[in-house]
Amino acid sequence: MEKRELTCIGCPMGCQITVELDEKEVKSVQGNTCAIGDKYARNEVINPERTVTSTIVVLEGDKPRVSVKTKSNIPKSRIMDCMKEIDSARVKAPVKIGDILIKNVCDTGVDIVATRNIEKL
Amino acid sequence: MKEYDIVVIGGGPAGLAAAVSAKCSGVENIIVLERDKELGGILNQCIHNGFGLHTFKEELTGPEYAYRFMEKLYKEKIPYKLNTMVMDISKDKIVTAMNREDGVFKIKAKAVILAMGCRERPKGALNIPGYRPAGIFSAGTAQRLVNIEGYMPGKEVVILGSGDIGLIMARRMTLEGAKVKLVAELMPYSGGLKRNIVQCLDDFNIPLKLSHTVVDIEGKERVSAVTIAQVDNHGKPIKGTEERYTCDTLLLSCGLIPENELSRNAGVLMNSLTNGPIVNESLETNIEGIFACGNVLHVHDLVDYVSEEAKKAGESAAKYVKGEQINNNNNSVEIKAIEGVRYTVPSTINVDRMEDMLTVRFRVGKVYKGAYVSVYLDNERIMHNKKKIMAPGEMEQVILVKNKLKEQPELKTITVKIEDE
Repeated sequence: MEKRELTCIGCPMGCQITVELDEKEVKSVQGNTCAIGDKYARNEVINPERTVTSTIVVLEGDKPRVSVKTKSNIPKSRIMDCMKEIDSARVKAPVKIGDILIKNVCDTGVDIVATRNIEKL
Repeated sequence: MKEYDIVVIGGGPAGLAAAVSAKCSGVENIIVLERDKELGGILNQCIHNGFGLHTFKEELTGPEYAYRFMEKLYKEKIPYKLNTMVMDISKDKIVTAMNREDGVFKIKAKAVILAMGCRERPKGALNIPGYRPAGIFSAGTAQRLVNIEGYMPGKEVVILGSGDIGLIMARRMTLEGAKVKLVAELMPYSGGLKRNIVQCLDDFNIPLKLSHTVVDIEGKERVSAVTIAQVDNHGKPIKGTEERYTCDTLLLSCGLIPENELSRNAGVLMNSLTNGPIVNESLETNIEGIFACGNVLHVHDLVDYVSEEAKKAGESAAKYVKGEQINNNNNSVEIKAIEGVRYTVPSTINVDRMEDMLTVRFRVGKVYKGAYVSVYLDNERIMHNKKKIMAPGEMEQVILVKNKLKEQPELKTITVKIEDE
């Protein structure tokens, strides 16, 4: 049986979690103080995921860039591919918070959405 | 002179939440003064996620979190002025401010809410030896350059200080193609949240060296290398432990300082540990009708707590304006922070004025594992909570119950301290 010590990133509490693993099967999760921690720990040892946040260049906007995020988590291993697609994207103002700016980024099934409003100049 | 019931100084998360809560508590005549060209404060450049889990039960980015509160402000039709610099607040609550449209103007306020936030400890305050070439930025400045302006400050980066902004910028610069070689931290523990060490450093294999500092900066026009060294228990560099890192950029994330020039000029008394005003249970300063909340009061690690605190300041200010506040008949109980507890906010409580439950926030002085947070009413221990881990980088809190305090009419002192057992 393998034991893994994790720090939960589900919220700023940062609970210390111990996961017991047998091959690829989670046997137990301990130390978390909420359901988010349990879910995080089970995911983290099998298939770690992260939210990616960055900015995309805006044309004709009142600001040069709009902040964006992946609408939900993507596999940790795809973060850098995702950044490449975000970096090469260009969007036109106006942009509204929640607008989908890239659909299905890197075939992850997850969209890139705007996290702020940008007015047209 | 224009007259307002409440003037809120600062339109960041604290100011927004305070203004909205004051309005919801029945005060109509409120104005928010903001020196930037938009509301939202520093949240606008904090594009990473992790905000709002306590407040909204979902994970938001900084701009999204700010927008939630901006919408509330718009909905309540609370007026605000942007690009407006407050120059002075007087003891009798006359606020002098200026902007391009109105020039210099004065506002008479019944109550003032201080919500100016904090700023980063600058390079000059750190006494790093070596040259002073281009390429040295505070982490927050780099964050603004990358996230708002769209410029990369450099390609090869060393970060001094493991505050949250430094950790966040280590990841951000890496994602944008820079090589972050190292985060060096003077203290034997990180100043940032644990989750940020995991997802900003560990995820990208960026080393964190605790008990290390920068002892030399090289470069004429631009930073070309920095030397770091291990430090002893007194923070003094240990000879022979020097390591040289070539880099073109040094980011500094070495702490935040509440921005209290205005408060001091008004005669507000300061706590030398928090660098923020000394406040009572109503978050009121020593000057009647001047309240404080958010990072100007003490530096928080979670904006959720800022919003919570600001809501309280807004409610208190509203009570004061409406004349509903019970007179502060000097019936105050002091909260003593000792043995591991560096400070508490608030630092005094008038039991008659407090709500049914009062959150007292504090920070510890070092890392504690398996220790207890204890609260004493005079000599009686009423709280003894075991904590797995406590660190200076993470704010702690205890909740005091009014009824419990009322049971002791002769109460003189409340003590909050850390006990091993």
